[in-house]
Parts: sequence; C-alpha cells; structure tokens
Amino acid sequence: MDKTNFAVFTGQPDAATNPAIVEVIRTLTMAGHHAIEVRDIQDLKALRPAAGWSGSVVPVGTTNEATTEAWGYCRDSRRIEDTIIPVLVLIGGSHVSELSDRNEQFDDFILSPFHPSEMQARISHLLWRSGQAPGPEIVELGPLLLNVETYQASLQNRPLDLTFMEYELLKFLAVSPGKVFSREILLNRVWGYEYFGGARTVDVHVRRLRAKFGEEHAHLIQTVRSVGYKLDQSRAI
Amino acid sequence: MEPQFDYVLKAVEERQVRLIRLWFTDVLGQLKSVAISPAELDSAFEEGVHFDGSAIDGFSRVQESDVIAKPDPSTFELMPWADGGSTGRMFCDISNPDGTAFSGDPRHILKRNLREAEANGYALFVAPEMEFFYFADGNPNHQPELLDSGSFFDLTTSDVASDLRRRTISVLEAMSIPVEYSFHEDSPSQHEIDLRYTDALTMADQIMTFRLVVRELALERDRYASFMPKPIAGIQGSGMHLHLSLFGEHGNAFHDPEAEYGLSEVGRAFTAGLLRHAREITAVTNQLVNSYKRLVNGFEAPVWISWAQQNRSALVRVPVTRVDKPSSTRIEYRSPDPSCNPYLAFSVLVAAGMKGITEGYELPGELKQNLNELSASEAGKLGVSALPASLAEALDEMERSELVQEALGDHIFEWFLRNKRSEWADYKAHVSPWELQRYLPSW
Repeated sequence: MDKTNFAVFTGQPDAATNPAIVEVIRTLTMAGHHAIEVRDIQDLKALRPAAGWSGSVVPVGTTNEATTEAWGYCRDSRRIEDTIIPVLVLIGGSHVSELSDRNEQFDDFILSPFHPSEMQARISHLLWRSGQAPGPEIVELGPLLLNVETYQASLQNRPLDLTFMEYELLKFLAVSPGKVFSREILLNRVWGYEYFGGARTVDVHVRRLRAKFGEEHAHLIQTVRSVGYKLDQSRAI
Repeated sequence: MEPQFDYVLKAVEERQVRLIRLWFTDVLGQLKSVAISPAELDSAFEEGVHFDGSAIDGFSRVQESDVIAKPDPSTFELMPWADGGSTGRMFCDISNPDGTAFSGDPRHILKRNLREAEANGYALFVAPEMEFFYFADGNPNHQPELLDSGSFFDLTTSDVASDLRRRTISVLEAMSIPVEYSFHEDSPSQHEIDLRYTDALTMADQIMTFRLVVRELALERDRYASFMPKPIAGIQGSGMHLHLSLFGEHGNAFHDPEAEYGLSEVGRAFTAGLLRHAREITAVTNQLVNSYKRLVNGFEAPVWISWAQQNRSALVRVPVTRVDKPSSTRIEYRSPDPSCNPYLAFSVLVAAGMKGITEGYELPGELKQNLNELSASEAGKLGVSALPASLAEALDEMERSELVQEALGDHIFEWFLRNKRSEWADYKAHVSPWELQRYLPSW
C-alpha cells in the first residue's frame, strides 16, 4: 500500500544520466517512497499505480536530444488527465538558463549533482504543498479500522458503508482519538463551510454513524455534554 | 475530480457494486429509477444520464422530452437487501439539455424553496411520523386483509409484523436513516416508524427511500405494505405528522425560553403562516381522493384549522419539550399523509411558514377544547375554519393560491392541477357500493 509513488524519468538512458538516475532512485527509496522508472509518457500512463502518481523526478540530460526529450516529458505529464504534480527537475549547474520560460513545466528544481538530504527535504515540502503530506494510511481504534487510501471503513472486520460526509467526520475524529471537538469546529474542519443550521447537521451525522455502528459499538462516538463529540474506546463518559 | 465523486467510485470498486440505481421522483411522488453499471459511473458524474422524460408523470411535453439525470454523490448508499448488497443508489437532479434545472423536477423545486428560506437565514429541519399498514396481499379487488388485531404499543413479539418492522429498521439505519421510535399503532395491522430529524432535502430523500424499503421488505416476506391514507373505513387512517423547526445562525430559531411553551416569535409567525395558508396547501400535502376520508371527525386526524399545545384534534401541536433541550422546540403539522410527494409538500410548507415570518403574521389564540364534535355553527362562533373536505375543494383552494403557484413553479402547478382534476372527474363519475346499498332498495 504505497502512498507515494514517484515516476523517475529515464528517457533513453545514456552513460551521462545513468548514475544520476540510480542515485535518484536510491534517495527516493531511502525516504520511504516508491520509485518507478519510466522511459516516456506512454510508460507513465501504462505504469500508473492504482493510487496514482505522487509526483515525478526528471533528470534533464546534457545532450540536446536528451534535454528536448526531458522537457517534452515534463510538458506531457502536465497534459494527461491525471496531471502529475509535483514535478522536480534535476539539472546541471551549467544548464540553469534552460529553466527560464518553462515555469509551467515543473514545480521545483535541484542542481546536479545533488545532496540526498536536500532532495528528500524538497520532495517532502513539495508533497506538503500539493496536499499529499504523508499521514497515517490506516487509522485503527479498537474495533474500528479506517483505510485512508481506499476510503474504506470497517468495524470488527465488518465493512461499514458510509456516505462521504459520514466517512470524513469519522476520519477526523479518529485521527485524534479522545480529543473533544465542538460542533462548530467539526463543521468548520470537516464540512469546511459556513452553513445555516450547521451545528445541527453535525448531530445528524453523529446519529447516523452510531446507527451504522450498531448498539454494541454506538458508544465509540461519545457526546461530551455542552462541548461536543469525541471518538473514544473507553466506555466512561 | 471532486473528492465526492472519487469517494463513490472507490466505494463501488471496493464493495464490488455491480449495479447503481439512479433515483428521481415524478410529480405525483412516485420513485423512478435508471440503472447503470459501474463502468458508466464516471460519465454519469461528468455528463449525467440522458433519458426521455415524456413517459414520466409531470415531466416533459412531447416536443422537449429529453432530460438529463445528474447523480448527487452525497446520497450514495448501498441497498443492503437487494441483490446481496451489490446494488447502490443515488438520488439525481434533473436538468434540461442546456444544463438549466428542469422545472418539473420536484427535488429541484424543494431546493429552490429551501434556498429562499436560507436567504432569510433559516434551514428547515423535519422529522416525520410514518404510519402504514401491513396487509396479507395487495390485491385491490377485495377488502385488505389485516395481519393481526394488535393495538397501540402491543408487544406481540412473535408476529410476522414485528419481525418485519425490526428488519426494516435495521435496513433503514444501514442506509443512514436513523429511527427515533417505532411501535404498533392503534389500528390492527397499523405501524408507525418515526424518523430522526434532518434537513428538509435529506428528509424528502429519506421518505422516498423509506417507502421503498418498507414495501420491498414486506414483499420479500409475502406481505403487502400500504401508505394509502385510509385503506379501511371505520378505523384510523395513516398520517404523516411532520415535526418542523427552523435553525439559524444562533441555533433553533423556534426556541425562546421566556416565551409561552418555549415557542419564539419566529416559531409563532411560522405557525401562523401554516394556519393561514393551510387550505391552499392541502391539495399538495393530501393529494389523493382517499386522503380526505382520513381527514374526518372521530379519528385522530385534524379537521379544523387551529393550534394547541396538547390537543390531538388540532392541526398544529406544540409538543412539550425539556427545558434543557432548546434544540428540540418544534411544531407538529398533523394533516399530511404518507402518500404525498415529500419534496412538494415540504416546498409548500416552508413557503407558507416563511410567508408568516416575512409578513409578520399574528398567531391566533390557542384552542384547547376537543374539536372532534365541533359543529359548523360552533366553529363559526370560534372563528375556526375547516380544512378542505374533498380533493375537489382542495384543488379549488390551490388554484386560487399565488403562494402555491410560486412555491411549485408554473410547470408543476399547472400539471398537478390538471392531473388531479382528472382524478376527481373519474372519481365523481364512479358509482360506489355504498351508493347501491343505500339507494337501490328505496329508489
């Protein structure tokens, strides 16, 4: 269940770029990402992981031909249906001028040769900026299991069929077990908008979740009088 | 892609859903469905599903019969009882080919009326009491056959009906429809399931789901569930009392701890609006010829347009609520029956209530006496008028009503009146067994 799959552009590998590619793959792997080599845009489409790409690292070669190919790949990766963001370009110090007028084609660049920890720092910052900050993929709380990747929830191995908002509310409560949230905070953070009668909506969804949990587990979501709700395994209120 | 779409696509994949039913409602309140396969879901979200609306009651005129159903991803649920749980459903909004909302779509009409209330700062919340009968079968050629002779709150645990009701509730709860109470009503074979409040649009969707679930689960056990308002003369009919409240920025707008019965000025004005326009909106809340056989004296159905705190003969009741629960202050509107189109019924109710608020209607005095045996002349003295006594009378009132025309829009207003006038004409020309028994011997 890899949350972060990176496409590493290889083009038609030559002696000049090969060591750089090996180094990129090693760096990504060390940081816990999954690196997959792609030769061109067709590869990128064909090898797309089920969860989609988290981004791409593109070493821009040194020969004219390799450079053109790399920038073409960058442009194409922006055009496909499932746009690749972020794109990190690896470029030699003497080629920096190539970056000008290509702002749309990449999100950040790093000079070659690079320092692994710099690349890791840039990648995690880029992931954060594109809203992919790595969080826990599985949230587990007693009998309750949430898979953030597949949006699936289960209770004692029984699948829970939830609506989108029920799922979002449950996930929000589950990442901070035991913490009490007011209706206003829940409305703001889960629904994310101002809405008349909104606090009432939170009550409605909590009641629906409890109904879906069944009597035995309804207590997982606890009402804290005149404050709000929390998700907690303990039966004490 | 919107996360809501993605969520549904993932759920369909993960839960191995094989069929997705796209639901919508015709003007008369009948549920309609178009089924698609998971492969078609993507394009259904992007472009909607085209279909010919001319076959659907109140939808299109022949010249412009193409309409598009766009599924609302927030309503996606599995149907746990159907095909081993491999079928999902979503409610749809109906639009014209040019993308504008289709004026014959009841769900759109309700959304428009709720938006108007929201523009005034209020969201309508509704909790219905759903009453219905279980019969041995649905054959219309003989008197409906009752399943038991139980009465109010009877605990006949072994009987089929309680078993059915229990299974129904568990399916409802699995479909995000929490149940507040359920019990055996006071007529034999009659049951009541009270749904937990939610916003009016969701509740209208839930009532559509509710009616289907109750009927299909009964059929599964070879029984027939009926929402007909008065299936058997001489015993209670089935109503759909509606508990209504408005929520605004500061919570329940109906609540005022200082006021009589905790009912705020806003609540009083809303109630005044319902009472003043009650005669005009009754054709929509009680849309069948048969609906008016329930609204008669001697049963727990309202006949007179009045309000009270504790009076089962009043049209509007203000239930007693706990002082420490301001969110539960509400009013109960008691005339609607479960055969109505919930989208249209909520539309005219919110329009009437909001009119009371925006125009500042005064609420008339409370009438505490039992109005069941009230004669016309006594009513006149009290200044109380009656609800329409027949569908024909209700249609006359509706036809004169600007409020109802505005709330429903010209398309539905026009179509509804014509359709119902024709229903009344059929009924009027019919000679019933009652007439033969009464008149044939002497004339």
